[in-house]
Amino acid sequence: MSVDTPVRRRKLTPLRILLHGFLIVVSLAWLFPIAWAVLTSLRSYDYTAANGYVSFGGWTFDNYVTAWRTAEFGQHFLNSVYITVPAVLLTLFLASCVAFVIARFSWKLNLVLLGIFTAANLLPQQALLIPLFRLFTEVPLPEFMSDSELLYDSYWGLILINVAFQCGFCVFVLSNYMKALPRDLYEAAMVDGASIWRQYWQVTMPLCRPALAALATLEVTWIYNEFFWATVLMRTGDKFPVTSSLNNLRGEFFTDNNLVSAGSVLVAIPTLVIFFMLQRHFVRGLTLGASKG
Amino acid sequence: MSDLPLIQADRAVPPPAATTSTGGRRRRLRLLSRTDRVVITLMVLVPLLLVTGFVWLPAAATVLLSGTNWDGIGPLNEIEFVGARNYSDVVNIYPPFVPAVQHNLLWLAALFVVATPFGMFLAVLLDKELRGSRFYQTALYLPVVLSLALIGFVWQLLYSRDQGLINAVFGSSIDWYGDSSVNIWAVMVASGWRHVGYIMLLYLAGLKGVDPSLREAAAVDGASESRAFFRVVFPVMRPINIIVLVVTVIESLRAFDLVWVVNKGRNGLELISALVTQNVVGEASRIGFGSALATIMLVVSLVFITIYLATVMRENRE
Repeated sequence: MSVDTPVRRRKLTPLRILLHGFLIVVSLAWLFPIAWAVLTSLRSYDYTAANGYVSFGGWTFDNYVTAWRTAEFGQHFLNSVYITVPAVLLTLFLASCVAFVIARFSWKLNLVLLGIFTAANLLPQQALLIPLFRLFTEVPLPEFMSDSELLYDSYWGLILINVAFQCGFCVFVLSNYMKALPRDLYEAAMVDGASIWRQYWQVTMPLCRPALAALATLEVTWIYNEFFWATVLMRTGDKFPVTSSLNNLRGEFFTDNNLVSAGSVLVAIPTLVIFFMLQRHFVRGLTLGASKG
Repeated sequence: MSDLPLIQADRAVPPPAATTSTGGRRRRLRLLSRTDRVVITLMVLVPLLLVTGFVWLPAAATVLLSGTNWDGIGPLNEIEFVGARNYSDVVNIYPPFVPAVQHNLLWLAALFVVATPFGMFLAVLLDKELRGSRFYQTALYLPVVLSLALIGFVWQLLYSRDQGLINAVFGSSIDWYGDSSVNIWAVMVASGWRHVGYIMLLYLAGLKGVDPSLREAAAVDGASESRAFFRVVFPVMRPINIIVLVVTVIESLRAFDLVWVVNKGRNGLELISALVTQNVVGEASRIGFGSALATIMLVVSLVFITIYLATVMRENRE
């Protein structure tokens, strides 16, 4: 986050020390559950069973190996990639198209359009489940697209529903961003005889790179973290993406918290890597939109 | 230039300033060729069909189905309208309904009274240009990148009866996730852990957008810091306050993942969202109940979505 007010270095008054003390305590308390998970995952079950969890020792990497193998994380991570990558690209593409039209023209319908998209993102998913469930089990797909031969239990269905749900947020953020671009750009492009498509693709989109980067970071995290749709619209165990496969993990690892923690850390790693590498984009994406439940 | 404070707040990469538009609407329309018009139609129509087909039509269908006796399997042409019977059945002969409503309200109250104000409070503290502010912020919003399903697992390490840290430290033997008298609180703590960071982030961005001269003027007038905040900053933050309120309501209405990974929303963890899901994919599928419950969720959320849209759109137009 940028800081644009001059930094005033105040003397360390007692109040100031108290403030730092409070923030340090809160921060450490907030980090603690994650730190504890990492710690537990690195210790052998036999050691903690014998000495209790409030002890020191029994360091091992075995939990990760066992968790990876038992829960078939390799397959589930791959499934998450199959769903997340196309869904994010498609969301950004479709949302930027709508946002461009909303920002480029000042038609009265634009506000309605913006409302339709933004509101769709905020609806509770469960409220749409019943008709969607029926729809997904009715729509056939050819066998080469999904072995279920239905939209239900297929990657295609999950990609579509994620795109439909996430579009709204991106339309909202991108249309705001595009509205702030100088209009002379389009005047100039039109003098050059550029078509609407070229104005979108060659004028607007390159200027939107910062917003697109922020949104891509956020959407990857959200769609990777998406739990509900895959839980209800998938059936075959080894087709579940990582986050929803946690459902089955609970039964398999039930008696071994060290395995649960190793599994949790493995599932968290992609989002944590994204977060630490692209923190700036992540934070900006959220604050650009300020919506999203 | 858009006046949305959140965008103002984002000064790291400011979008280029807008200039006033020249040329009337009619002239621009005439300049569109036939191809352009086809392209524009497609650019709007394809995403619109997707959102309508997968979000708005199902939402409308849910409302319609809540007035019928459809069993979810039979052909659609045998549907009969039964009026408000599903609703009265849900209230009268469906035992999990009342606890679910209570839990949802409790969830809302906990977020609204504890987590949201705490997140706002931390944002106000972090807005003071402290040394190490970056570390504090990172620590606080780290949970925001984790899915709520995963958070359920991370907290199990603290809550588990035999292997959990809490029982080990306090020598108790409570099954925090399993005991129906405490598990809703355990789950709400885990959910609040994430919510605080999220609210802190939103509110901090809003605070950065407040004109610093306002606060300086208050300081010159001799107002104390807390007085300056409540009298000057808080009122200017009205749009953000509304957004934070709506986010809180919608989060508590949507709460689902956490209870579903713990025990599929049973035994003390009933939530409306979990009941809807149980009635569709669970063993006992009752579409009438499910859609009546879903309609209730829909109506509540639409009220707050409208407030939200009215707020952000007014901000945008200014």
